[in-house]
Amino acid sequence: MQWKLDNNAPLYLQIADKVKLGIVSGEYAPGKRIDSVRDLAEQTGVNPNTMQRALSRLEDEGLLSTNRTNGKYVTEDTELINQIKDELAKKYVENFLASMKQMGFSGNIILALVQHEVGKGENANVYTGM
Amino acid sequence: MFILECSNITKNYGACKALDSVNLQLEKGKIVGLLGPNGSGKTTLLKLANGLLSPTSGSISIAGGSPGVHSKKIVAYLPERTYLNEWMKVKDIVAFFADFYANFSREKAIDMLQALGLPQNAKLSSLSKGNKEKVQLILVMAREAELYLLDEPIGGVDPAARDYIINTIIRNYSASATILLSTHLIQDVERIFDSVVFLNKGKIALQGPVDDIREEKGCSIDELFREVFKC
Repeated sequence: MQWKLDNNAPLYLQIADKVKLGIVSGEYAPGKRIDSVRDLAEQTGVNPNTMQRALSRLEDEGLLSTNRTNGKYVTEDTELINQIKDELAKKYVENFLASMKQMGFSGNIILALVQHEVGKGENANVYTGM
Repeated sequence: MFILECSNITKNYGACKALDSVNLQLEKGKIVGLLGPNGSGKTTLLKLANGLLSPTSGSISIAGGSPGVHSKKIVAYLPERTYLNEWMKVKDIVAFFADFYANFSREKAIDMLQALGLPQNAKLSSLSKGNKEKVQLILVMAREAELYLLDEPIGGVDPAARDYIINTIIRNYSASATILLSTHLIQDVERIFDSVVFLNKGKIALQGPVDDIREEKGCSIDELFREVFKC
């Protein structure tokens, strides 16, 4: 996992977001044990208290659980993971739309632009000439 | 009980007020940044906590007692300048510290010396200024203390060693120990702080948990420092 953090915003929130992304993307598989707080703190270069705070946040959301003796595990509740994945996707789309609208693009143009870009990635031939 | 508590501390050097009615309480298990421009009172505060100076008024306590013989057992102090004997070899200084402090881990010290490529058979006088500083910091961090008071621990060392030192601090961190660290190189270390204390002209200008400050001000601690202390 890449730990590029921005000192201008709370670190624990950024770390929580990154771990969450790791869980919904499958990098941290359901039921998998994650590294200890100390190891993760060292990998990230943050204080263990900050790492603990980030992980506690994900525990509150149900994405992680603590096994008293063995550390923290990713939830096996794939329904919850999918639900959070949907929420994240929605949030990204909303942010994207807000920026596009700020630039003055209307819904139809935005859709066309997105379709064009998606097409370029998946099947360039179909959309050439657009 | 607080590991370090300053109650209304004032310290005058003649007509100069180095610290002015400072109140500060540090909990166990925290890494705290002591930040402020030159001459703001950082070193004075650390010296008071070590019993090297006495306050003009007010009181200071370490784990409930006043600084003295008892507190020296539980406090590991890195002063602003070196006090080690130049003619001693690195390994002799390690042995000296192992004799001196019951909570000194020789193994940890040797591990760190090796990781930073410092020759144990070399005389201190043959080492560069930066390498001497590394040796001195290793001697402090190799103690299993309850309170580490570090006066500019990374000022004179190169960026790679700086990263190693910061990682060493994280690795050696324990929930029962507190680190109070003064520095000018805020950008390099602000990620390891739980909270910071800004000193300005002997007074506390601002203090709080770093992530709360980032959230509230929308900027890094480094940026906030530059703003607060703009010349």
